Amino acid sequence: MAAQPTAGRSRRERRPARAGLRTSRLVGWLFVAPALAFYAVFVLRPILLTLQYSLYEWDGIGPSSWVGLGNYGAVFTDPDLFDAVLNAVKLIAFFSAIPVLLGLAIASTIRRIAASRLALVARTVIFLPQVIPLVAAGIAWSWLLSSTGVINQLLTRLGLGGVTRAWLGDFSTALPAVGVIGAWVLLGLCTLLLLAGMSKIDPALYEAARMDGAGPIREFVSITVPSLRQEIGVCVTVTVIAALATFDIVYIATQGGPGNATMVPGLEIYYLAFSEREVGMASALAVVLMVLVLACSLPIQWLTRDRSS
Amino acid sequence: MSRRVRHRRPGKLLVIMAGGALAAACGGPGTDTSQTAPQTGTTTTSLSAAPTCGTAPITVNAYFETGFPMPKALTTEFAKQYPNVKWNIREDQFAVITQNAPRVLADDPPDLMRLPQVSELVKDNLLKNLDGYATAFGWDKWPPSQLQQLRLGPGGRPRGEGSLYAMGLNFSMTGVFYNKKLAAKIGMSAPPATLAELDDALAKAKQAGITPIMQFNGGATGGLAFPLQDLMASYGPAAPINDWIFQKQGATIDTATNLTATQHLEKWIKAGYFQKDVNAVDYATMMSRFIGGDGLFMFDGDWESGNLDKQMAGNAGFFLMPPAQQGGKRAAMSAPLTYGISAKAKNADCAAFFLNWVATNDKARDIAVEVGGSHPMGLADAHMPAVQPGTVTESTLAAGAQIGKDNGAMDFIANATGAIYAKSWTPQLQKLVAGQQTPEGLLKSVQTDYQSQVGGS
Repeated sequence: MAAQPTAGRSRRERRPARAGLRTSRLVGWLFVAPALAFYAVFVLRPILLTLQYSLYEWDGIGPSSWVGLGNYGAVFTDPDLFDAVLNAVKLIAFFSAIPVLLGLAIASTIRRIAASRLALVARTVIFLPQVIPLVAAGIAWSWLLSSTGVINQLLTRLGLGGVTRAWLGDFSTALPAVGVIGAWVLLGLCTLLLLAGMSKIDPALYEAARMDGAGPIREFVSITVPSLRQEIGVCVTVTVIAALATFDIVYIATQGGPGNATMVPGLEIYYLAFSEREVGMASALAVVLMVLVLACSLPIQWLTRDRSS
Repeated sequence: MSRRVRHRRPGKLLVIMAGGALAAACGGPGTDTSQTAPQTGTTTTSLSAAPTCGTAPITVNAYFETGFPMPKALTTEFAKQYPNVKWNIREDQFAVITQNAPRVLADDPPDLMRLPQVSELVKDNLLKNLDGYATAFGWDKWPPSQLQQLRLGPGGRPRGEGSLYAMGLNFSMTGVFYNKKLAAKIGMSAPPATLAELDDALAKAKQAGITPIMQFNGGATGGLAFPLQDLMASYGPAAPINDWIFQKQGATIDTATNLTATQHLEKWIKAGYFQKDVNAVDYATMMSRFIGGDGLFMFDGDWESGNLDKQMAGNAGFFLMPPAQQGGKRAAMSAPLTYGISAKAKNADCAAFFLNWVATNDKARDIAVEVGGSHPMGLADAHMPAVQPGTVTESTLAAGAQIGKDNGAMDFIANATGAIYAKSWTPQLQKLVAGQQTPEGLLKSVQTDYQSQVGGS
C-alpha cells in the first residue's frame, strides 16, 4: 500500500517530464519551421526542379520530352561549354589567389599599425568594394578599363601609350581584366576576415618568437599563417565559389565577349535558359556547376579544418 | 557539431532522392500548355465584320518597351479619340521582354505586347492568329513585304509565309548615316552610288585622319553584322538571305557572294576603317561618338532619325547601302516594330482595332513618323505627314519608298534563330576583328551552328 502512492507519484512525475520534453522539442521545431519552410521552398525545391528539368528537353513553355542523361552528355562534349568551365577555373587565380595572398600581406601590415588612425582608414578603404553592389562595380570598372578610361590615361602619362588598349574588348586581356575586378571586390572581404583572425592570436606567441630571434617574416610564416588556417580556409572557399559561380561582373563588363573569351558557366546557363530557351540543357549545366563547386570547396574545407577538435 | 551534421546527411540525401523521384513521377515539365493548345493559338478567328472597341468602358492591358515614347503617344491619342478605352501599360527593357515573353504570354497574358522574334512563341501557341482580323480590316491589301516577316507556317516554321501572328506599329529601315561636315572635308558631295565609291570615301577619310566607320561590336552585340549584311546585299540578291533567315529548307548563308562580302568586310577591318577598340564599343558609345563628330559613317537604322535630327541638326545624312554594280538594286534590313496579341487576351478585338487604327488613322500615322521616326504601316498611298526638307527623317522615308520599289527588304541575319546572334554572329565577328577567324571560317561556323539549331528545335 505504501509503495503504491510512491509509484503513482513517480509515474505522474515522469509523465509531465516526458510531455515537457515533447513540448520543448515541438517548440524547437516551431522555431525552426519558418526557416525550414523557406529553405525547402526557395532552396531545396528549386534544386529538385533543376534536377528534374535537366533530364528533359524543354523550351520552358511547350511540351517537354524525356532525354535522360542526354543533356549531360552534351554539356561534356560541347567545346564551348568546356571553354566556359575552363575560364571559370582560370578566374580562380584572380578571385582566390590574389585576394588571399594580398589580403594576408595587407592584414599583417594593418595589424602592425593597429593603434593608429591610418589602420582604420585603410580597413575602411579596403572593405569598401564589398559594400558596393557588384553591378555598380562592374560598370565603374568598365569605364576605368575602356579605351579612353583612367587606366589608359595613366599609362599614356607614364609613357606607356604603346600598351594601351580596350582592356575588356581585347581577346588576350579581357579575362584577366574581369579577374582584376573580381580581385578588387573580394580583397576587402579576405583582408577583414584575416584581420579578425589575427586579433585572436595569442600575443605571447609573437613575444616568444621574438625572444628566439625571429624577424617579421619568420613570425609571419611560423605563427601568423598557421594560426589563420581556418580563416584562410573560409577565404579560399568563399572566393573559389565566387570564381566558379561568377555571373554579375562578367555580365556587366563583357557579357562573355569578345568572342566567348570571358564566357563563364553562370552566364552560359543564363543564355541557355533565357535566350536559347534550352531549359533542360541550362539545368544540366547548372547541376554540373553545383557539383563542380562542391568538388572544389569540400576538399578545401577538409584540408583547412581544425584538426584539434 | 560536425559529427551531428554528418549523421543527418544520409537522411537529407534520402529526402532529396525521394523528392527527385516524386518530381520525376509527376511527368515532364510544361505539359499542361500542350493540352490546351488546340483551342487557343491554331484556330483562325473568322469574323463577319471588323471588330471595334465597343462603347462600354474597357481596360486594355499592354506591355511596352521602355525608352521608346511612340507606343505611349499612340495609346494617349487613341484614348482621346475613343474615351471608353483605358490603357493599363507595363514597361520593361527589350532584353527583359525577350527573356520573359513566353512566360508572360502564358501566365499573365496582356492584350497587346511588344514582341521579340516570334517563331518560338508561335510554336508554343502563345500568339493569336491574326488572319481573321487581316481579312476583316483589309491588311491583306497592303504591300505584302510589310507583313512577310510576321507570317509563319504551322508550328512556327518556316517564317515568311503562312498565317499572320503579329503586326507592326511602323517599320524601320537600316542603311548608312553620315556626318555631312566630315563628308565635305574629304570632298564627298553626294552619297556614294556604288560600293567602289564608298570604298573611295572610306580611304579618303582614313587618310584625312577621320575614323571612317563608327560601329559597335562589343559585349554580346556584334554590330558588324550591320555592314556585313549590307555588303551581302550589295554583292548578291536579297531573297536568298531572307530564305536563310526564314529557315526555308536547304537555305545556306555560306554562298559565294556572301563570302565575297565577308572578305570585303575583312578588308575594311584590316585597313583600319573601324575604331581600334570596336570590340569594346557598345551601341550607346557608338551613338555618342557619332553624334560627337568622331566618325564619318555609321551603319544603323532609322529609329535614330528623330534623335539625329535633334542632336546633329542639319549635319547628319542617310543613304541606302550602294550596290556593287552601278545602277544595281538596293536592299536594306527592314523590319516591323513587332506587336502581338496574346492567344489568351481578354480584349483581343480592341487590340486588333487599335493596331488597324495605328496604320490607318492620319493622326496616328503622324505620330509614327514624328515620334517614332520610321515609316508607318499600311497602304502605299496612305496619308503621310509633311516632313521638314533636308532632315534625316526625310531621307530615311524616301529610302523606304526606294526599298519598296526594288523589293529589297530583308529581315536581319541576327533573327534567323533565337541563339544565332549571341552564339554565332557576335563571337565570330569579334574574332574576325581580332584576326582570329577567316571569312571562310566565319560563314562555315555560322552555318554549322544554324543547322544544329534549326535541326534541333
